[in-house]
Amino acid sequence: MPTPDYSQGPDRWALLQEVSEFLFAEADLLDERRYDEWLDLLADDYQYSVPLRMNVEYADADTRGETKAGSEVCWFDEPKSTVELRVMQLATGVHWAEEPVSRVSHLVTNVRIEEVAWPEVKLSSRFLVYRNRVADETDFFVGRRQDTLRKTDDGWKVVRRYLLLDQTVLLAKNLSVFL
Amino acid sequence: MTTGSTSNPCPAPPPQAEDPRRARDLVDLETGQISREVFFNQEIFDLEMKNLFPRAWLFVGHASQVPNPGDYFSSWMGSDPVLLTRDVDGGIFVLLNSCRHRGMRVCRYDEGNTMQFTCPYHAWSYSMDGSLVNVPGDLFGVPHMKAAYSGKLDKQNWGLVRCPKVYNYKGLVFANWDENAEDFLDYVGDFHWWLDNLADAFDGTPGETEVFHGVLKWRIKSNWKFVSENFLGDTYHGASTHASVEAVGIGPGGRGKRRHGERQDQGGHSTGRMKTSFRNGHGASDNLAYEIAYPEFIEPEMNEYFDQAWATRKERLDAEGRRLGGRGPATMFPNMSFAAGFPRSILVAHPISPTETEVWRWFLTDKKAPEPVREWLRQYYMRYGGPAGMTEQDDMENWDYATQASKGVVAQRYPYNYQQGLGTEQLSELDRAVHSNHAISGEVNARAFYRRWSEFVDNLSWDELIEIAKSDDRIDAIIRRQEEEAVTEAAAGKVNH
Ligand code: FES
Ligand SMILES: [Fe+2]
Repeated sequence: MPTPDYSQGPDRWALLQEVSEFLFAEADLLDERRYDEWLDLLADDYQYSVPLRMNVEYADADTRGETKAGSEVCWFDEPKSTVELRVMQLATGVHWAEEPVSRVSHLVTNVRIEEVAWPEVKLSSRFLVYRNRVADETDFFVGRRQDTLRKTDDGWKVVRRYLLLDQTVLLAKNLSVFL
Repeated sequence: MTTGSTSNPCPAPPPQAEDPRRARDLVDLETGQISREVFFNQEIFDLEMKNLFPRAWLFVGHASQVPNPGDYFSSWMGSDPVLLTRDVDGGIFVLLNSCRHRGMRVCRYDEGNTMQFTCPYHAWSYSMDGSLVNVPGDLFGVPHMKAAYSGKLDKQNWGLVRCPKVYNYKGLVFANWDENAEDFLDYVGDFHWWLDNLADAFDGTPGETEVFHGVLKWRIKSNWKFVSENFLGDTYHGASTHASVEAVGIGPGGRGKRRHGERQDQGGHSTGRMKTSFRNGHGASDNLAYEIAYPEFIEPEMNEYFDQAWATRKERLDAEGRRLGGRGPATMFPNMSFAAGFPRSILVAHPISPTETEVWRWFLTDKKAPEPVREWLRQYYMRYGGPAGMTEQDDMENWDYATQASKGVVAQRYPYNYQQGLGTEQLSELDRAVHSNHAISGEVNARAFYRRWSEFVDNLSWDELIEIAKSDDRIDAIIRRQEEEAVTEAAAGKVNH
C-alpha cells in the first residue's frame, strides 16, 4: 500500500473529512454533557489554553495582541487534570454557575489542515460557542481555534487546544463552559 | 490667565442645592437594614459617581505594569478613563485619558510604551518627556499653532488633566481626584497592615512583589457594591456559594483539600479568627492575630520556598513586634478588594450603571520567586479566580441573579438584612476598628462600609468626613455593653452566694 499523501489530493480530503467529523462529534458530546466520554477524547498530555486579548497597535498585534500561554495570565492555560476537576465540579449539582444547566451549542467551522506530522495533525478552525441561561442570559464566545489531534490505536485524541477569543473584556459574566 | 497648569487640579464641583434624598437615611445601622435603593436607584448611582468616586482613593494599577520610561497602562477611575504613566525620570502619573480639545479618548490601547500621546481627532499631542514640557502630560504639539491660535494658545493650561493626588504604596498605585482629600496614609489608617501583606513578599520583604502580565476583565450585571461587600468580610457565603469547588478541591494540597490551602490542623474555622471593620469603611475577613502558616503543598519545591518564606517572615515580623495575620480577603473602601494569601490577587469593581460593573483582577507574585513557584502560583490563580476560575464563577451567578430579583418595584420596598452580629462587636487593638465575634458570620464590616459610603454620597465635606470618623462610636458602645454585662454578672453572683 502506498504511503498516503496528506499534502494534496484524495488522501488529504479524506483526512480532512475524518478529523472534521471527529471535531463535530466531540462538540456534540460537550453539548450533551457526556463529559466522561468527552474526557476520553483528550490525550493525557492535553493542554488547553485561552490567552487574554489586548488592544495594541497594528504593528504589535502579532507579537503583543494576546498574553502568552505558558507564562502569563490567560482565561485558561491548563492540563487535562484541571479540566477533569472542572468536569467534577459540573457534576456536583451545586455548581450554581451551571445550575440550572445552560443550553450550549458548539459550532466549529472553517476547518483546515495546517500541518501533518503523522500521527499528529494540526488544524485551524473557527468556533462559536452559544450559551443560553435561565431565560434571557445569552452569550456568544467567538474566535479562532487551533487544535492538534493525534491518531492512536484508540482513535483520535486532542493533544493541544489553543483558542483566541475575540474579546478583550469578557462580555459574559463567567466562563463556566468549555470553549 | 492663571499661572501654573490647569492640567493639574480637578476643578471643584459647583455647589449644589441640598439634595432631598439622603443616603444616610437608606442605611439604618441601629436595626441593621439597608434599603435596596442603595443598589438599584439611578439617582443614588449618579450621586456615587459625583460625590464618592472623584473623592475617594482608588486603585489604578501596579507600578510593575509600567516599569520603564514611556510605559503606560489604561485604567478607569469611576466614570473616567485614565492613563497610568511613567515619565523619563521614573515618576508615576495618572492622567485623564480625554483630549482637552474635543475630549477624544487620546489612547485606546490597553498598555504600551510611548513618549507622546497624539490625539487621533485633530492631532494635539501630549508629551511624557519632562525636557520638552513643564510637566509630563502637558500639551506639546498643536497643528497649525500659528494660524489657528495666532500662536497664543497657552499650552501649559491645556495639557491632559493630571490627577492631583497619586500615591505609590509599595508598588500599589492609588489616585484621588480631590486635591483636598485626606492624605493616603490617613485614609488607609491601620488597614495598611493588610496592604503590606499584599504588597510585601511572602517572606515579608517590603514591596518585593510584581503582577503577572495580563489583567482579567469582565462584565457583570450587578451593582459594584455587591463585589466590594463580598470581599470586605462576607465569609458567610463560602460554604453555600462555593460548595462545588470545595467538594472538588483545587488548593495547594491537591484533590480533596481546601481551596485556600489552609493547613488541616488550622483549618478555615480555627478559633481566633475574627473580622476587622474600620470606621472609615475598610474591612477584612480576618484579624492580625489570626496567624495561619502558609499551606502544605504536594510539591517539595513549593514547601521549601514557602516554609522558608514563613520562617523568615516570622523572624522579621517578630522582631518588629508585628502579628503575622491579616491576609484578607479584604476591601479597601470603596472598590479595591484583595487577598494577600492564596490566592494573592487584587480586584477592582468599576461601576458602569446601577446594575452593571466591570471587574478587573490582577495576580501577584514575589519578584524573586523561582520559576517553578511562579508557574505553580499562576496555574493556581487561573483555576481559582476570575470568570473562568472554579471559585469565582459561582459568585457572579449569585450577584447577577440577586440583582435581577432585587430590582423589581415591589422588591425594592423591602430592605436587605444586615443584622448578623449586631450588638456583639468586639474591641480591637487597631485604631478606630472593631472585630466581629465570629469567624464566619458577622456583618459588622458591611455596616461600617455602608455608613462610610452614605457619608460620601451625601457629599459631606472633607472636614466633616474626617471629623466624623475621628473617633469610633462603636468602641464606646462595646465598652458600655461590657460594663452593663459586668454589672449584671456581679448582681447574679450576689444572688447565687
Ligand atoms: S479632540 Fe483631540 S485634537 Fe481635537
Ligand atoms: Fe466568593
